[in-house]
Formats: sequence, structure tokens, C-alpha cells
Amino acid sequence: MQVTLKILRFDPQKDQRPHWETYQVEAEPWDRVLDLLHKVKWDQDGTLAFRRSCGHGICGSDAMLINGKNRLACKTLVKDLGSVITVEPIRGLPVEKDLIVDMEPFFAAYRAVKPYLINDEPPPQRERLQSPEERERFDQGTKCILCASCTTSCPVFWVNGTYIGPAAIVQAHRFLFDSRDRGKRERFKALGSGSGVWRCRTAYNCTEACPREIPVTQLIEEVKRAILMDRF
Amino acid sequence: MAIKSRRYEEAKLEASTNLELYWWVFMRISGVVLVFLLIGHMWMNAILTDLNTINYDYVAKRLSQTTWKLYDLLILALGLLHGANGLRYVLDDWIRDPMKRFWTKAVLYSLIAFLFLLGSLSLLNHDFGVK
Repeated sequence: MQVTLKILRFDPQKDQRPHWETYQVEAEPWDRVLDLLHKVKWDQDGTLAFRRSCGHGICGSDAMLINGKNRLACKTLVKDLGSVITVEPIRGLPVEKDLIVDMEPFFAAYRAVKPYLINDEPPPQRERLQSPEERERFDQGTKCILCASCTTSCPVFWVNGTYIGPAAIVQAHRFLFDSRDRGKRERFKALGSGSGVWRCRTAYNCTEACPREIPVTQLIEEVKRAILMDRF
Repeated sequence: MAIKSRRYEEAKLEASTNLELYWWVFMRISGVVLVFLLIGHMWMNAILTDLNTINYDYVAKRLSQTTWKLYDLLILALGLLHGANGLRYVLDDWIRDPMKRFWTKAVLYSLIAFLFLLGSLSLLNHDFGVK
């Protein structure tokens, strides 16, 4: 089938602002959007810039705004989109070139919630044991691949970028609800601030955008409740 | 605890008070309280009494009693604070430019302070002339 691929392009050396470019691509219905981007880059216009690594929905490199929704280009099939496909960079982060954005603000928020096990107690003889139920409690958060689909679909994040964003909160949730972790208070500093969880307006864009089907908004609400219970 | 933030943005993300939590809790509690205060207000002034009989004398008599002064003052304070904080949320969500956001908030807070002053003055300091 013939697909019309519209890509929002931006070259910082030439362009004042992003502009649309249209490409005609021959595609199979079961091709992924990533395949179409490859076809453009390899056969039509080598200057097209986008980020991708594994191509199998695990590395989280190729999150893009495809037909108005944040998705991974490597997990989105042409047959689910139709013959006209628009691709834009994810929103709310500075565009560096074409579909590549500067992820630094996203990772600054990630670092702020201290996404690693904090436990100063002397380690036991063998490992820190955990029951299957305790492991299940934070299972959803472990699925996150840090693709930024959720954070860059959040209208609050778009406004001024001071919101810590759903992805960082999901990462915090993963450790807050881990029975082995003792870093609750340290994480609450970032999560409870004016740029933390209280800015969430439960728009549910993050939940819809997540390519790993994490119930992001629900996890955010659980973190809110944890902060509340800790304080009162 | 070791300091781990390397840049100002990160330090800002990690520094925090519980102020936003308290506002969040306040919004929930004041919202529920306001529902009952306002239902009570309407019940007493529109259902128990005939609206058409309400005149200056009726209001003056009511507001010369401390209980009703406090009741109305509570509606005034909670309504203004709840509304102002809700508007603050909206402004934070919608105004992108930091300077515009600052000035819009400045105007909002001044207006709220003025309305509270005006409302409490007429509630507490006005002589309704009822002996």
C-alpha cells in the first residue's frame, strides 16, 4: 500500500521553526512506523534525524507523536493508522533536530526522585528477602522503559516544564512501595514540592500514552496517598 | 545524607516543603464544609423564609447576632481561599510566561485580600442599627 508520511522537520542550522514535509512511501500493512522512517532516511532523504536503538519496544528511544498520540514508532503498525500518517517529536522538551528532543530535563526529574534502592541498615547474611506479594506491590512501575511518552503527553508538563512528570513519579513508586527500601522521606522531598505530585490534574493522558500499559495515573494517586498518610 | 544534586534545577526539584500537601488537603476539606455551609445558607434564607420577605431589617437583625456573623465569615473566608487556590492551580496550568504568571497571581491575590477586607468589614464593623 501507498502511505503518505508527514513529518514535522526542524534543522537548527537552517530553520527558524519546524515545518511539515511529506513523503510517499510504499509499505506493507504490518510494517511499523519505524520501518517507514527507515525507508525515508535510507532511500529518500538521509538528513532525517530520529532516535532508535533496539527497535523492539524495550529501549524506549523512539517515542514520537504519531497521528496525535504519543507512541513508540517500533510498536505502531501501519495497519492501525491508515494511509496518512503524521509524525512529530514528543512535546514539552526542546527539539534538537527533526524528531530528536533534548531529554535532559526529563532525566533531571528522574534523578530527583533517587531511582535506586536506599537502605542504610546492615545487609543480612544473604539477600534481603521479599515475599511474592511484596514484590507484586510495585510490579507495574518496573515495566517502565523511560521512553518519556507519558511525561511528554502531560498537559501540565507542557506548560512550563517545572512539573516533575509522570515517568519520574512511576519510578519513585517502584521504590516507595518496595518493602526493602527505606528512602521514603528523601524521595518525598522531590515528590511533595510545588513541582511534584500535587501538580497532577489526573488528565489520564499518561495512562493512554504508556506503551507498556502501566496504569500511570493510578500510581501517581498512590504516591499522593502515601505522602498524605506519611504526614497525617 | 549526602547531597546529590549537581545543578540548580535538580536542587530545586529536591528542595521541598509540605505546603502543597496542606493546600491539597485544605481544598478537599473546605470543599466539603462549603457544600454544607451553603446548603444551610440557602435552606435558611430561601426555603425556611420566603425570599420575598427578606429586606434590610431581616438581614440587619440576623447579622447583629454573633453566630450568624461567624457563619457568614466562615463562608466568606473558605469561599475566597478555596476559590483563590483553585484559580492559582488554573493559572499555574495555563500561563506559560513566568512574568505574566507572576503579575496575574499578584492581581488575583490583591483582589482576594480586598474582597475579604470588604466582606469582613461589612460583617464585623458595620453598625446595623438594631438595638
